[in-house]
Amino acid sequence: MNGHAKVLDGTTFAKTESAVNGGETGTGTWAVKVGLAQMLKGGVIMDVVTPEQAKIAEEAGACAVMALERIPADIRKNGEVARMSDPEMIEGIKAAVSIPVMAKARIGHFVEAQILEAIGVDYIDESEVLTPADEVHHINKHNYSVPFVCGCRNLGEALRRINEGAAFIRTKGEAGTGNIVEAVRHARSVNGEIRKLKGMDEDELYNYAKTIGAPFALVKQTRDLGRLPVVQFAAGGVATPADAALMMQLGMDGVFVGSGIFKSENPKKRAEAIVKSVTHYKDGKVLAEVSKNLGSAMVGIEMDSLVQKWAGDARHQAA
Amino acid sequence: MGRNVNMYEDLKIGVLELQGDFAEHSAMLGRLGAHAVPIRSVEHLVGIDGVIIPGGESTTIGKLLRDWDILPTLKKMIADGLACFGTCAGCILMAKDVTGYDTLPRLGTMDVTVTRNAYGSQVDSFETDVLSEFWKGEKLHAINIRAPSIDAVGEGVQILASFGEKAVLVRENNMIACTFHPELTDDTRVHELYLEVVRESKNTEALKN
Repeated sequence: MNGHAKVLDGTTFAKTESAVNGGETGTGTWAVKVGLAQMLKGGVIMDVVTPEQAKIAEEAGACAVMALERIPADIRKNGEVARMSDPEMIEGIKAAVSIPVMAKARIGHFVEAQILEAIGVDYIDESEVLTPADEVHHINKHNYSVPFVCGCRNLGEALRRINEGAAFIRTKGEAGTGNIVEAVRHARSVNGEIRKLKGMDEDELYNYAKTIGAPFALVKQTRDLGRLPVVQFAAGGVATPADAALMMQLGMDGVFVGSGIFKSENPKKRAEAIVKSVTHYKDGKVLAEVSKNLGSAMVGIEMDSLVQKWAGDARHQAA
Repeated sequence: MGRNVNMYEDLKIGVLELQGDFAEHSAMLGRLGAHAVPIRSVEHLVGIDGVIIPGGESTTIGKLLRDWDILPTLKKMIADGLACFGTCAGCILMAKDVTGYDTLPRLGTMDVTVTRNAYGSQVDSFETDVLSEFWKGEKLHAINIRAPSIDAVGEGVQILASFGEKAVLVRENNMIACTFHPELTDDTRVHELYLEVVRESKNTEALKN
């Protein structure tokens, strides 16, 4: 749907480096950072809070897990300050599985990121699901060997994060709600803006870059590619195989599922079904088959009844 | 390189699209003029001249290969001579022995022993130039992402490139496997070599009939 204009080739994302970074070799290069995200494509990344859940996720076919102390649905209930998880708990999950393990740092909390890098997590999610640590600045993600994924609601936000060094982008959606509406809004917003870019000449691109607060080089590259210049997943509200397939048909490269799996009645079965729905996202018959008898999904929350929206968090001015 | 881009246009290469960087492999085939055929279920295997197992998560791809019942058919096709090329996770899925993870559902058609995540976690992922025995000492740029290592090879396995003591690109008859990702570079040599293997196995097949 976002009309991937050019055929994706293997170096497409690595070339984003010329727009954001200098050339290097060895560890922590841009090519290996975007490369891991390329390997995750067509996959499902699942939130887990224990080694046992991590194993269930791995056996169900997750391509990575996100290690957390509390899943978003519970953070919402408690309404407390949410921070990086206990490193020991993350190490326990790392020891339990062979797939990549991601963990969340608070927005702008560059020391939490240093700690997560030190214990060898495979990706850091600088996440709005945790309480922001800095109301103005994001982490300078170029300073790390470990790659980062960041959330976005629109194209300007996505490109600002990439400019700061994010090698992987996801929609913000509204985590912990089981409601897909915000993720759809954010995916459609990015897609729509990219479609607008395609009709612009260079003079107009300069002005558009200024309007959306994004670097010109990345705006131009996005126009030329017809898509974001890094891998883009859906996140925030995916609860069913149909939700996952919807996001894939909207042009996402894969999905994060947070509360949707372990807050449902039959996590293992639902996890397997969502993995299959991402591979066969255009096949209605497969989607029907995998959607059968999954037990109840997590209880969803209507946006109007949400006390606090994380995606558009007013505490964070510099999104 | 002065190659003729049409020389592979009669080849239909199945690219396993269960999970991973299959789009990058298809793009590489497109650049070389071959046709990429998406493989998401067993009936897609009909009429292909070769198959590529992409990079990705080997546990995910292995599970889906088994669950969609692609595994036995594809395994037999490769054993019968279908040219197969695997990178990273693909290499793991082709390996006869996987150290410490023998339960991984996989093709297991190639006489090599591999270790998953041999270099550590993502912070240890790296890119480097490796020495290619096959291309007479020319360099190959290897992007290694949570890469496996090939720790031992059987008698029929030819080592085409190495990094230090370890083989990183190997061939056994109709099969090629590497632990790095040529599909993430502009270098088409490894894919060209594979298409030559496809050509060979196709000709052998034609002779049999």
